[in-house]
Amino acid sequence: MAAREVTIERGGRTILDRVSMAVHPGEAAMIIGPNGAGKTSLLRVLMGLWQPDGGHVERVADLRVGYMPQRLQIEPVLPLSVYRFLRMRQRLPRRELLAKLERVGVGHLIDSPIQSLSGGETQRVLLARALLGEPDLLVLDEPAQGVDVVGQGDVFVMLDDIRRESGCGVLIVSHDLHFVMAGAETVICLNQHVCCTGNPEEVSQHPEYRRLFPSVDLRGLAVYTHNHNHVHGLHGEVRPLDGAPEDSAGACDDPKHGPGCRH
Amino acid sequence: MDIAGWLDDFLVRAVLAGLMVAVVAGPLGAFVVWRRMAYFGDTVSHSALLGVALGFLLGLNLNLMVTLVCIAIAVLLVILQRYQELGSDTLLGILAHSALSLGIVAVAFVEGLRVDLMAYLFGDILAVGRDDLLAIALGGLIALVLLIALWRPLLALTVHEELARVEGVRALPVRLGMMLLIALVIAAAMQVVGVLLITALMIIPAATSRRFARTPEQMAILAGVLGMLAVGAGIAGSFQWDTPTGPSIVVAALLGFILVQLLPARLLPRFGTR
Repeated sequence: MAAREVTIERGGRTILDRVSMAVHPGEAAMIIGPNGAGKTSLLRVLMGLWQPDGGHVERVADLRVGYMPQRLQIEPVLPLSVYRFLRMRQRLPRRELLAKLERVGVGHLIDSPIQSLSGGETQRVLLARALLGEPDLLVLDEPAQGVDVVGQGDVFVMLDDIRRESGCGVLIVSHDLHFVMAGAETVICLNQHVCCTGNPEEVSQHPEYRRLFPSVDLRGLAVYTHNHNHVHGLHGEVRPLDGAPEDSAGACDDPKHGPGCRH
Repeated sequence: MDIAGWLDDFLVRAVLAGLMVAVVAGPLGAFVVWRRMAYFGDTVSHSALLGVALGFLLGLNLNLMVTLVCIAIAVLLVILQRYQELGSDTLLGILAHSALSLGIVAVAFVEGLRVDLMAYLFGDILAVGRDDLLAIALGGLIALVLLIALWRPLLALTVHEELARVEGVRALPVRLGMMLLIALVIAAAMQVVGVLLITALMIIPAATSRRFARTPEQMAILAGVLGMLAVGAGIAGSFQWDTPTGPSIVVAALLGFILVQLLPARLLPRFGTR
């Protein structure tokens, strides 16, 4: 699955500006970026929920996508158990649905009302639902939201295990700019355009984080060192790195990042 | 038994009409409650009177015109809610009351027509004729088939719209189907409880059944059953104490709701109470 020069405009503002990226079969990729960077918008375009205003999305034919949304908000007036919620995706026998729930560590919740789950439990149930239908690609919007650093590592370890077991690709969106999934092949830093891409370093090898968390098990996490040649202003506009005000023209040859731009 | 003769009894026709409407209004009401569309339903049903006036003006079947006008208002609402700068509740408030007023004004303009306005506002179930009964049965049947056909995709969209769309549910036809359903039920329910009270017939039985239900299906079916009970009790009460029938049905439904809220939690299924 790939985006080619995707542009999105909403209400006269450019949310995504000629974003290109790709996820290859079996690959783990992450999109990271601050709030308002257009991460969720990019996902929506990739999933076919939104039509891009420019560019296009390429998908392998018959690509089975398992999608895990950021939030699940269901009115308490709707009586719905976790079991029933999963069966809405695929009518599998109870023991198979239970196996999927146990795989993500929440088998005991199968008969609970879905509205009674905590944030972390809800995300695990959503992950179990995304795994139904044996997807080729898992797309996860903030899978570790509201979880502490250790919990975040646990989620990433689990996702990495699932990826190895099933051979599916994983695309994760996260607002955490520094901790990423260990084993991720590609990290894309997004802020309306692709700021930089690269490979993460293992956290365990990173002295600064070892010093911060000497006794904490940080399996599953890696640290991503950004290497930008620009900064963003308050409204997301691109400025050259040396901090010159934006009206000092010519500081950057192409502040909008053309293909020839070097990172 | 002589069914044709049996149908001559106005009370039999009234009960039949009420039961047929309740069977569909209950399950549809469950969706109205789950999707927080109560005020939406109110707005659309208040526009039904406009359909009546148009039907008289154009000399067309009233049920058909009410259905068409309700669909038109529902679609207009969905479009306006997307492109509006006013809050959703403001928009619904404007449309609900202006649709009602427009309907009443339009009815007054139809020359030579003497309409019993109260009958349209609060229902006139005891005046249901054989033709009306047939129209209600037909509309109710179409609505029931449509509801069963749309059940799974509609539930999926209600739970999580984006997830459902990624998993292959086509949102637009399902949403239009829901509009058609609401319009059909309003057209059928208008004679039973009147345009002002249709939403009550949909949401009160659904809200009552919540405390007993463990699954969406249980809640919907129970809402249908409770609606039928309310219709039966309402007509009986209206006959007994000579009260207006439509409001009596709604009062019966309300009494059921209050009674169920007073039930101690231990008498209810554990799951449903949380």
